[in-house]
Amino acid sequence: MSTPKTLFQKIFDRHVVLERDSGDALLYIDRHLIHDLHHRAFATLKANGQTIRRPELLFGTPDHSVPTTAQTLVDIPQGEMRETVSGLEAAAKEMGFNHFDLTDDRHGIVHVVGPEQGITLPGLVLVCGDSHTSTHGALGCIAFGIGATEIQHVLATQTLWQRRPKNMRINIDGALGPSVTAKDLALLTIAEISAAGGAGFAIEYTGSTIRALSVEGRMTLCNMTIEAGARSGIIAPDEKTIAYVKDRPFSPKGDRWSEACAYWKTLFSDTDASFDHEVLIDATTLEPRVTWGNSPQYSGSIGDTLPNPANEPNLIKRSEMEAALTYMGLQAGMAISDIKVDKVFIGSCTNSRIEDLRAAAAIAKGRQAVVPTLVVPGSGLVKKQAETEGLDQIFKASGMEWREPGCSMCVAINGDTLAPEERSASTSNRNFRGRQGKGSRTHLVSPAMAAGAAIMGHFTDIRSFN
Amino acid sequence: MQPFSSVTAIGVPIDIPNCDTDQIIPARFLRRAKDDPKYATFLLHDLRFNSDGSETDFIYNRTPYRDSHIVVADINWGCGSSRETAVNALVANQIRAVVAPSFGDIHYNNCIRNGVLPVRLPTTSCDQLRKQLHAAPGARMTIDLETQSVTGPDQTLYPFTIDVFDRMRLLEGLDDISITQQHAKTIESFESIYRDQNAWVFDP
Repeated sequence: MSTPKTLFQKIFDRHVVLERDSGDALLYIDRHLIHDLHHRAFATLKANGQTIRRPELLFGTPDHSVPTTAQTLVDIPQGEMRETVSGLEAAAKEMGFNHFDLTDDRHGIVHVVGPEQGITLPGLVLVCGDSHTSTHGALGCIAFGIGATEIQHVLATQTLWQRRPKNMRINIDGALGPSVTAKDLALLTIAEISAAGGAGFAIEYTGSTIRALSVEGRMTLCNMTIEAGARSGIIAPDEKTIAYVKDRPFSPKGDRWSEACAYWKTLFSDTDASFDHEVLIDATTLEPRVTWGNSPQYSGSIGDTLPNPANEPNLIKRSEMEAALTYMGLQAGMAISDIKVDKVFIGSCTNSRIEDLRAAAAIAKGRQAVVPTLVVPGSGLVKKQAETEGLDQIFKASGMEWREPGCSMCVAINGDTLAPEERSASTSNRNFRGRQGKGSRTHLVSPAMAAGAAIMGHFTDIRSFN
Repeated sequence: MQPFSSVTAIGVPIDIPNCDTDQIIPARFLRRAKDDPKYATFLLHDLRFNSDGSETDFIYNRTPYRDSHIVVADINWGCGSSRETAVNALVANQIRAVVAPSFGDIHYNNCIRNGVLPVRLPTTSCDQLRKQLHAAPGARMTIDLETQSVTGPDQTLYPFTIDVFDRMRLLEGLDDISITQQHAKTIESFESIYRDQNAWVFDP
C-alpha cells in the first residue's frame, strides 16, 4: 500500500527533479506565464549569459501597463507604459517565446488568458510573476506566484526550488442562495481564516458548493486564495474541468488528450490523506458581501452594519479596524447599504470573465448607472464574446464605459485610477490602502453587487432587483 | 548577493499588521529601474511622504530610526502582491533583516533571494521588541544567523528557526541559479524521462 496523498502532494511529487535532505525540492515547471512588468527579465538573463531553457513553455501577454483605451501599441502614451509593453513584445520576438500582443484577440489579463487558451491544464505545475497565479489552481494544477529572481531561475533552468507547503483543506457545503457568488464565498473564506491564515499552506477546496461552482467561479475563488495568505489554491478536476479544457487551442488533442485524461482521473486527494489543517464552511447562510477595511479579511453581509472596533477583543485587530475606518472615511455602526460610492469598476483577474459580465449585465439591463462605471473584459476573446451576446450594448445603454482588456483599476498603473478619497465598488481582489491610486478607498464586491452599486450610487442588496 | 552572517544595528518598529507589499512599495513605482537614484524613497512611500513631497512624521522618517538596518514588524508582513521591488526598496535603504510574527510567503522567498534575512519570532516577542524600540529610540539589536538568535535592546536572547537551505543561501550569499546548475545533468535526465511519460505536456 502506498502512502495516501493529497491532490497537491500527488502533483508535487510527480515534478520533483531532486530533493535535498532539508526537504527543499527542485520542481520541474510545465508552464511559465509572464506579463509586461517583467519585461526586464530578458535583458538580465542575457547579461548573465543565460538563455531561455524551454521557450515553448513560456507564454507572455501585456496586461498591467495597458491603458484600457488602447487597441495597439501606438495608442499607449509614450513613456514607461509603452516601453514596458513594447519591451515584452520585443523580447518575445527576439527570444522566440509565445506572445499575444495587443492586436491579437488572445491577449488580455494573464490569468484569464491561460485557462482560456488551454495553456493551463490539470496536473501541471504553473508559475507566473504575479501573486494571483493562484487562479489557475481552479483547473486542478499547482499554480503559484513567484518573484523576479525566481522568474530568472525558471527561465534559465525550467525548475524552481520549493519547500513542501503544509496542506489545508477547506470543505464548503451547501447550496448558494440567489445572487450569491464565488466572490462572496472567497470573501467569507478569507474572513474565516484571516488574511494570514493560509501562510505556509497549499489550500485544497472541496465540498458540494465547490462541485456546484462553474469552472469560472472556481477561478474566482482560487484567485483570492492569496488574500488568505496561501500562495496556491487547488480544486480536484472533474467532468466540468475536463469539458472546460477540451478543444482549447493549446490543450492536448487525439491520443495526447486520452493520455492526459487518464492521468487527470487520478487527481484527487486519497480518502485517508492527511491534512495539516481542516476548515469547514457552511455556504447556505452566505449573503452578498462587501469589504469595508484595508485587508480583504474585513467584510460583512450587505444587510450588516459596520462593527465597532471597541468590541473587538484582539488588540491587533482592534487597532487595524480603527485605522481602516479612519482611512476609509467610515463610522462604526453605519449600515453597509448607506455607503455611497464615487466609481464602479467591473473587471480584473478575479471577475472579468464572460459569466462575470453576464451577471453584471443582468443587473444593468434597462437601468441607468448614476456614478462613472468602467467595465473591462479580461481578454480580447471575452470582449468579443460579450459583444456577440450584446452585453456591451447593455452596459453602454446604462451609461457605463465598455473598455479594452487589461488589469485596469485593479493595479491602477495604466491610466485607470481613483483620486484621493474617492470610493469605489470594485470586483477586484485588494482593498489595500492606495491600491487603486494614492488615497483611494476600495470596497470589494461581486460583479452583480458592483453593477447594483452603479445603479443606486450606494451598496444595495441586489436580491431586491426583480 | 550579499552574504548575511550577523548584523548589529538600530531597529525600527513598524506597528502595522498585514503591512502589504503595496504599502512597502506602491504600484506606480513598479516600472522603475533598480538603479533609479530615487529608489530608496520608494520604501513605504505613501506612509512617509505627503502629496506635496514633504515628509510625514512616520517613524522611519525620524532620527535616529532613519539609520536603522533592522525592521521589527507585525503579523503578515509583506502579504499581497509578489512584487520583488518591495525587497529592492528594503535593500536600497540598507535594511538587512525584518523580524515579524509571520510573513507573506512570496515576500519571504524574495527576501531570502536578495540577502535580506526574514526572522519569524512569536507575536509576544515581536510586541516586546517593538515596545522597547519605541521606548528607547536608536536602541540597537543584533541578529546572528550563525547562532540563529536575536538579541534585543535589553540583551534578551530570542532563538529562531530557519530552513537549513535558506540559511545556507544567506550565509554563503549563494544565488539559486548557481546552486541549480550544479545539478544540470539531473535536470536533463529528469526532463527526458518526464517528457517521454508526459508527451501531452510538451506536444499537445
